[in-house]
Amino acid sequence: MAELRLARRSSFLPPTGLMCVLLLVFVSVAAASRDGVSENNETGRDPAGDTRGGSHNQPNSTAHKKAFPVLSFNYEHVRTPFEISLWILLALLMKLGFHIIPSVQNIVPESCLLIGVGLLVGGIIKAIGEEAPVLNTKLFFLYLLPPIILDAGYFLPIRPFTENMGTILVFAVVGTLWNAFFIGGMMYAVCQIEGAQLGRVDLLSCLLFGTIVSAVDPVAVLAVFEEIHINELLHILVFGESLLNDAVTVVLYHLFEEFTHAGTVTVVDAVLGVVCFFVVSLGGILVGAIYGILGAFTSRFTSHTRVIEPLFVFLYSYMAYLSAEVFHLSGIMSLIACGVVMRPYVEANISHKSYTTIKYFLKMWSSVSETLIFIFLGVSTVAGPHAWNWTFVIVTVVLCLVSRVLGVIGLTYIINKFRIVKLTKKDQFIVAYGGLRGAIAFSLGFLLTNNEMKNLFLTAIITVIFFTVIVQGMTIRPLVELLAVKKKKESKGSINEEIHTQFLDHLLTGIEDVCGHYGHHHWKDKLNRFNKAYVKKWLIAGERSTEPQLISFYNKMEMKQAMMLVESGSAAKLPTIMSSVSMQNIQPREPAKRRAIPSISKSREQEIRKILRGNLQKTRQRLRSYSRHDLMIDPFEDNVSEVRFRRQRVEMERRMSHYLTVPANRQETPPVRKVCFEPEHKVYTYDDSKSPRSRTAEPDPSPPDAVSLLNESSQRANQSSEHRAKRNDELRAKVSDEKEEQDQLKLSRCLSDPGPNNEEDLS
Amino acid sequence: MRPDAPRGTAAMGASQTRNEHKYHDLADKSGFSLEQIENLYKRFQQLSDNEETISREQLDSIPSLANNPIKKQIVEAFFDKRNQHHNEVGSCGEIGFEQFLMVMSHFRPPSLKTTEEEKETMRKVKLRFLFNMHDTDNDGIITLVEYRKVVEELLSKSGNIEQEAAKAIADAAMLEVASTNVPHMAPDDFYEGITFEHFEQILKGLEMESRMHIRFLDVDTPTLRCGKSTS
Repeated sequence: MAELRLARRSSFLPPTGLMCVLLLVFVSVAAASRDGVSENNETGRDPAGDTRGGSHNQPNSTAHKKAFPVLSFNYEHVRTPFEISLWILLALLMKLGFHIIPSVQNIVPESCLLIGVGLLVGGIIKAIGEEAPVLNTKLFFLYLLPPIILDAGYFLPIRPFTENMGTILVFAVVGTLWNAFFIGGMMYAVCQIEGAQLGRVDLLSCLLFGTIVSAVDPVAVLAVFEEIHINELLHILVFGESLLNDAVTVVLYHLFEEFTHAGTVTVVDAVLGVVCFFVVSLGGILVGAIYGILGAFTSRFTSHTRVIEPLFVFLYSYMAYLSAEVFHLSGIMSLIACGVVMRPYVEANISHKSYTTIKYFLKMWSSVSETLIFIFLGVSTVAGPHAWNWTFVIVTVVLCLVSRVLGVIGLTYIINKFRIVKLTKKDQFIVAYGGLRGAIAFSLGFLLTNNEMKNLFLTAIITVIFFTVIVQGMTIRPLVELLAVKKKKESKGSINEEIHTQFLDHLLTGIEDVCGHYGHHHWKDKLNRFNKAYVKKWLIAGERSTEPQLISFYNKMEMKQAMMLVESGSAAKLPTIMSSVSMQNIQPREPAKRRAIPSISKSREQEIRKILRGNLQKTRQRLRSYSRHDLMIDPFEDNVSEVRFRRQRVEMERRMSHYLTVPANRQETPPVRKVCFEPEHKVYTYDDSKSPRSRTAEPDPSPPDAVSLLNESSQRANQSSEHRAKRNDELRAKVSDEKEEQDQLKLSRCLSDPGPNNEEDLS
Repeated sequence: MRPDAPRGTAAMGASQTRNEHKYHDLADKSGFSLEQIENLYKRFQQLSDNEETISREQLDSIPSLANNPIKKQIVEAFFDKRNQHHNEVGSCGEIGFEQFLMVMSHFRPPSLKTTEEEKETMRKVKLRFLFNMHDTDNDGIITLVEYRKVVEELLSKSGNIEQEAAKAIADAAMLEVASTNVPHMAPDDFYEGITFEHFEQILKGLEMESRMHIRFLDVDTPTLRCGKSTS
């Protein structure tokens, strides 16, 4: 069945592609004819005419009355948005196409395919004789780049990033400087060689060129590295470097551009350049941090207007980027800083839906941007004026490779003296090989003032980009396999790991204190405490501000598992937690004195137990997993149980407040999501006497505390009653449900009667 | 190993050679370099008021430790005989420099030359240290009660956390350990507690040998703060 569908879709592909290309051609033709049409319209405008310009509306005399146009054609009106949408649609359809053909995807990374498509489209457009849209610098820097960077920055894994910050900075700053000067200098030397006809290229231009071509590009790195799933350390090294080298690139670029006009460089200028670097990078980070804090602060008050929460995140970040660009500070660093600063506080404040929205929108926009960038790169290659010079181009490519390798090796040698976890040769190779150039280099090149060298430079830049993205991008995957580089370990969130990560943090801080040396952990600890004591109070709404990290982690995990269960439940699949371990397996056997339920006689107990066991068997036949997280059912399957559910839940919520739930979500999440926090409660219908209990003194909710075999059985009964409901054995289910419900209620009433005192004893 | 370059030995006077000899011994046992041992010895003397041994109170009184939620466990770990690798159990009242060093040696980082096997051993040793910190009654398993205590302590400095939160987290964690290690248990089976093998299994992903370390190289006299109060 699936194969049939797949076959149908793949046969559907060529027509789609063809259709796209045809549409594109049509658009270009329409664009061409536009020029002709507008002229006609200009010359003969019908003064009384209520008709808008169209190619077949001939501007005639007002003599005869025209028939009312039932159908008219006006392309001008929608031209720009139409074309933009068409381009984006084309790009996405291409992307779709690649994923349908699985075999291609394994060999060629998506970026290469997209460049190929761009080349194709560019070729077609050129063949028609039209002017192709080029990767306009403004378009690129203001619209296409920010979503990608924001996506990267917002979801940046903070721990590995900060742990390797030193290494990343060294690679980004020193590495890029080395690359720029080495390439620039060597190019100049090569240009001096006679016979290369490159005598016009002076030193400063070479250095400028070196700057442009030396920066590792985050877009390309992301595109390629995402597919090879390399281990976290390497990923963060290369990726972090590509993000942080923006400051260096910006400064050097502006520096050399100024100097190219001025003609000479003085020592003062060089010093100013260094100062400029610090201003650009730190200023960018500062701007980003300010907007981040503003965003976090705003999100504190959005509990009543959940719908616009994601917009705040996007807008504040975009403003951070634009504000930084106003002052020629590093926009990328500003954007990253904004995302990083904002994230922990915003996530504590916003609803779960908003979080999902943010995640999906960012992924969506960055995906579209990336696709468009690569396609435009291809188109621009075909379109742009080129000045091909074999020497220049070949030397550029070679120099890029050489300087990268030398730089990485040299820097790693120095860095390893300071690192605990040293970088091995394999790591160095991947870091060197992963230094891909991309669209940023192209756009910067495009930004150069028009002179004869610009075309020369552009050609070389494009060649380098193609080489790195296509050759290196394609070969990096087999190389990773060949070298057996460690891959990313798939870790589902483990509460044990989280506990021990925190434990380790405190332990290491403590040991450092015993040693009397204020190291890494000490400062991190201080920062955390400062954060908790002051910052969180301001930026996080409500009681979440005092929630320790472990608890939020735990809540998140519960939420995730509950949702996973719900989704799998509604698809009628068995949950994947195939473990039959449940709470009572780990609960210590409580001494008999806890079973203080006097009112149930032995025989009744037996009866109840028999009923419950009976249901238990049936349930276990269907669902072999039984953990506490393995919750309930999808009540939507059965209206009756859902109604009952809701009633019970409302009752529960009215009477008790469960602190383990994520507070703000209470009103919105659908009933089934709440299930995971409540099951234990289901069993106990507490009397009103219990409700005046304060929040902090809440001892009862988890059944393990009110331990008795009966309690646990009744919990199981509850679960099994819900499982039953899931079956379409309605009548029987309802009847036995009723019976069980009654038993259950009776049980719980029995249990709760002596409840208050017992509970107090137990806790 | 770093080259032998004991600093400030002139101040030590006549007992220099004896100390050196002792240090070489300690260096072999603990794996530290001579320089690191010197620095740690200075710190030891600061903590112990220039005496031969350190008591619990002296460690307790380090001011910066006051904010640490697991301070008790850390201090206790120094006095735990199991960490001395002599196959003894119980705890000492006071510890000497050698014991101090042995405990510290658990926090050495791996070097570029450490082989895979050595890394494995290192990881086991470090995990064992952690395990001993949790397993307070030394029965070889971490029971639910002990684990709950761990989580409670972790959350102890984070404001007034209800008991229930800690319990719920510890229960969930225990459940996770049980599910991954013993996936199919009948409802009547009882999972005693986390054994050392299970503990290793569950923390496999954390790569302890690279994470559990501090930088001893930076410890030198000028930067040593006197972490003790003067009272």
